[in-house]
Amino acid sequence: MRVGVITFPGTLDDRDAQRAVRLAGHEAVALWHGEHDLHGVDALVLPGGFSYGDYLRCGAIAARSPIMTEVVEAAERGMPVLGICNGFQMLTEARLLPGGLVRNQTGVFVRRDQVLRVERTSTDWTNRFDEGQEIVIPLKNGEGRFVATPEEIARIEDEGLVVFRYVGDDPNGSVDAIAGLANAAGNVVGLMPHPEHAVELGFGPTTTRMKSGLDGLDIFKSALERIAA
Amino acid sequence: MALIVVDVMPKAEILDPQGKAVTRALARLGHGAVGDVRVGKRFELQVDGPVTDALLAEVREVADEVLANTVIEDVVDIHVVDEAAQESSL
Repeated sequence: MRVGVITFPGTLDDRDAQRAVRLAGHEAVALWHGEHDLHGVDALVLPGGFSYGDYLRCGAIAARSPIMTEVVEAAERGMPVLGICNGFQMLTEARLLPGGLVRNQTGVFVRRDQVLRVERTSTDWTNRFDEGQEIVIPLKNGEGRFVATPEEIARIEDEGLVVFRYVGDDPNGSVDAIAGLANAAGNVVGLMPHPEHAVELGFGPTTTRMKSGLDGLDIFKSALERIAA
Repeated sequence: MALIVVDVMPKAEILDPQGKAVTRALARLGHGAVGDVRVGKRFELQVDGPVTDALLAEVREVADEVLANTVIEDVVDIHVVDEAAQESSL
């Protein structure tokens, strides 16, 4: 299977995302924000970083770059799309996911190994997990606080769109400790933590509540199994 | 030449972390008379031609679609500043 990883100006985790795709057993295809061509990929990853300097709002300008026309069309057709950190911000800016992400409640950049609870497994990116399973994924962001109007939060919760929630202290001050979301169809998923940094022994989380350090790999494998099925 | 000014603020029901930080700083500095502070954005769009209704409609669309994220922000004002810097609110 071929998974496209889009590079925007200021993206910095594209190479890690490509590596995660390869470690999940599939082919990574580098895509460029300025093109109108998805090169026939089967799934897409919008990686993290600081696209366009995060000017205007995080992910706002990237969400209006040329390739996003094709990304939105593909997402609406049902292609698996994963947005990580800045990529999650782009997906909300592109209105593929609800709500928005603003400055952390503490006002500071947070980086740590983060325990997440998988709330929804009926998505293209979480179908290898058990509902309620706790996983450890590195988190690093300054604008990861998920917000939406109370009516929108009620809709998100009613429709079961929350995919990941922070366990323990909420690092960002997100509403309802929301760390990641899906669309109703489950093909589009966005999360603030970085699963591409937990895909190889010795390089993932190895500190408190240590698991294998490989919890991120199942996210990349999930989509690929769905495509293969 | 004219300037079209677009003011954007975080929605009232969404917490404004920047405003909260400024509020706390002002309190610490002894400005007890100042209550809540909210921080927004001002965009200045320079236009060379005449400011027509059609252009203002276009700016309104740009404000709602790009300058603000209406999921979390509101466009609170759009007004024109002419060459003589006489502001006229729309």
